[in-house]
Amino acid sequence: MEFLSYLINGISLGSVYAIIALGYTMVYGIAKMLNFAHGDVIMVGSYIVFIAVNQMGMPPLLAIVISMALCTLLGIVIERFAYKPLRSASSLAVLITAIGVSYLLQNLALLIWGADPKSFTSVVGLAPVQLAGGRLVISGETIVTILVSAVIMAGLIFFVNNTKMGRAMLAVSEDKGAAQLMGINVNSTIAMTFAIGSALAAVAGVLLCSAYPTLQPTTGAMPGIKAFTAAVFGGIGSIPGAFVGGILLGVIEIMSKAYISTQLADAIVFAVLIIVLLVRPTGLLGKKISEKV
Amino acid sequence: MNILKTMKKSTRSNLITYGIVVLFYLVMQLLSSGGLLSNSMQGMLVPICTYVVLAVSLNLTVGILGELSLGHAGFMSVGAFSGAVFWMIAGQSLPSVLGLAVSMLIGGVMAGVFGFLIGIPVLRLRGDYLAIVTLAFGEIIKNILNAIYLGWDSNGFHFSMKDATSLNMGEDGEVIINGAIGISGMTKASSFTAGIILVLITLFVVLNLINSRAGRAIMSIRDNRIAAEATGINVTKYKLMAFITSAFLAGMAGVLYALNMSALAAKKFDYNTSILVLVFVVLGGIGNIRGSVIAAAVLYVLPEMLRGLNDYRMLIYAVILIVMMIFNQSAQVVAWRHQVWEKLSATGPLQKLARVKKQTKGEA
Amino acid sequence: MALLEVMNVGIAFGGLQAVAQLDMKIEKGHLYGLIGPNGAGKTTVFNMLTGVYRPTEGDIILDGKNITGKAPAKINQAGIARTFQNIRLFSQMTVLDNVKIGLHNQVKYPMWTGVFRLPGFKEKEQEMDYKAMKLLKIFDLDKEANLPASSLPYGKQRKLEIARALATNPKLLLLDEPAAGMNPSESEELMNTIKFVQKEFGVAILLIEHDMNFVMGICEYIYVLDYGRVIAQGNGESIRNNPKVIAAYLGGD
Repeated sequence: MEFLSYLINGISLGSVYAIIALGYTMVYGIAKMLNFAHGDVIMVGSYIVFIAVNQMGMPPLLAIVISMALCTLLGIVIERFAYKPLRSASSLAVLITAIGVSYLLQNLALLIWGADPKSFTSVVGLAPVQLAGGRLVISGETIVTILVSAVIMAGLIFFVNNTKMGRAMLAVSEDKGAAQLMGINVNSTIAMTFAIGSALAAVAGVLLCSAYPTLQPTTGAMPGIKAFTAAVFGGIGSIPGAFVGGILLGVIEIMSKAYISTQLADAIVFAVLIIVLLVRPTGLLGKKISEKV
Repeated sequence: MNILKTMKKSTRSNLITYGIVVLFYLVMQLLSSGGLLSNSMQGMLVPICTYVVLAVSLNLTVGILGELSLGHAGFMSVGAFSGAVFWMIAGQSLPSVLGLAVSMLIGGVMAGVFGFLIGIPVLRLRGDYLAIVTLAFGEIIKNILNAIYLGWDSNGFHFSMKDATSLNMGEDGEVIINGAIGISGMTKASSFTAGIILVLITLFVVLNLINSRAGRAIMSIRDNRIAAEATGINVTKYKLMAFITSAFLAGMAGVLYALNMSALAAKKFDYNTSILVLVFVVLGGIGNIRGSVIAAAVLYVLPEMLRGLNDYRMLIYAVILIVMMIFNQSAQVVAWRHQVWEKLSATGPLQKLARVKKQTKGEA
Repeated sequence: MALLEVMNVGIAFGGLQAVAQLDMKIEKGHLYGLIGPNGAGKTTVFNMLTGVYRPTEGDIILDGKNITGKAPAKINQAGIARTFQNIRLFSQMTVLDNVKIGLHNQVKYPMWTGVFRLPGFKEKEQEMDYKAMKLLKIFDLDKEANLPASSLPYGKQRKLEIARALATNPKLLLLDEPAAGMNPSESEELMNTIKFVQKEFGVAILLIEHDMNFVMGICEYIYVLDYGRVIAQGNGESIRNNPKVIAAYLGGD
């Protein structure tokens, strides 16, 4: 029963990673860059919800919508001013810029909201569900997190395969040049990808902070890196891959904490990343990309 | 004739770099003996040397090899801890110069060994993946160091990953590494002079490496890996060589840093420290060794001098990273800079210079 | 025995058979051409010969040694050097250093000798400089030795790539469209240089080129590739009059 409870917690945490990983994987697939700042957008989104609910007294749902809108805007602004000028630059330059943006967001948050952790009130009103005569308790946050990520996942797959914009994204990720020749606006497609990823980050932030209620400027950094790990694990560029990778990583993390060592749980998660990259660099569901000579 | 000129050019440029370091040392010594150096500045001298060594060694990986490593603080911490442990059990009973030198060597070698162990798997990866894996390794090293308990008694080392009491030491036992608390109660051994010597050694190794057969092989991988392979360069070997050298030097810097403190905890060597060093490298110019020396020293001192800036320090670093990249690497901005430059020099002798500059910069 | 023997080599990418049943024989010190319409698989052949791609079938024998699927660096050390269709120079480094990297396995000294400037360093570096300058002189690049490679005009970049490849002391030199982007007089000059190199260094050369005057002008033997298969081979005269070749170029099915 204990094991089952850990498993469910793992799936729940993994669902959050999955939502964040979707942002990484879509951006990587389309712009071929590691958006290091993605994790920090989560943090910004959480602060927005925190302020809207705790200080302005808004209903949680409205706060989430506002947070999504502002994060979308933030994602587009970041892309426009930091990444777009570097579209033809080396990947080293783009990566350093992304690290800069990540650092910028963290330190802006530090200046605006201070370093002391805010205690985030859960936005989930659902009561815990008791199973097996009270021996297995599943919190409302867990249920909502899993449901929300499943809905997002399904919605995103539908969007990519069945809408014009979604198919444009697929085309750009396949071949930027050819997509452009086919009349697809590559720049707006990339901007759109950042927008979607950032909106998802806002959702992930709320879910994360509802389950783990301390909010600090560095809140997004670790989950961000772990979610990238999840995206790589599942196969970068693959939407179902991000989902599978996220869930697996969440379960691995919770199980390591429960059965091995709390202190070493992060080390174990990163060890997974390293092993995956060495054994199967394309991830579980990824495609092989070879360099043209 | 031409060859003679280039040889001289690179040698001359290197001599200027050494000269700057020596001059800095002399000026600081002079100020210090005249009582003109504030206590806080006095205290910054060894950290400055540490960060200069870190920046130069990271530049070897980022600027010369062309791979982004985000785990430099990890190598620094391996060096710091192994050097400090040696210092605690044996080094401090040796004559001071010898004790410090051996500690540093041990720290460097241990970091180099880690560089080798990490490098073998990591260097097969490219670009973004390599960066994220070095970051992961840095975090793993930090996590493990946080969980290590190490004791020393007449029977030798005692080791545990649980807590200090499970070390099971004898009466004379002494806890050296106490988990997340780290090492405490160290006597200071580093000095500004030792720091400057380490900086000079680092520059000697890196600059000579760059201007040699192995260094050219490393740079050829940076410029075009596929062509380097086709030209018969053993890519793995030279990547590993650069990576290990970089880790070795970072480890020595770690020892210098550690033996300047009375206590040492693993959490100091986190991702932020790696990024800080990266900022120095980027501001000094990727691949520009002298730039790294100057940027590390200036950027370390500046926020301390301008107290009011301290709150904005990290923010400024972040902006530096973004602006430097866009200024130097964005195709549009580079084109715009050339335009402005040409307009400014439309008349006069500058015109000729501009044309030469444009030609040499070219489109990569 | 031939210097290079390609026996029944083929490669498939996924379901696409890019090259199939390729047989080639290259004799020591001779000049060969590899021609064919766009997309015929010429560069793929080069990539297989130099280890960039691993053939899915067949054997490549260089000087009696099987080099099929070996790593590119090993193949270069075994004696095949190449240039690239899209020029790949070490662009941030000087023209001289580009050639000195080519000499990497010809003039050797250990890393320590370089770092600590041990005895031998100076002599070895001077030897490299001397050899590199000699090569640069052949390609009329000696005056640009200290400029960054990226600052050279296009035609000179192509020449530098050939000089770098020659520096590795190959038995077989593969040139991928060496005259691309050159005007007729540059192209003519390059033809003479290539012939000179062939004689002076005794190196066998296989080149891909679209400029038929160029190919017919210097190649002693020509392979024609279409849809990944050799459709004709022989000297210039026989190729020119081969109906299959004409059909392939004119697109007649």
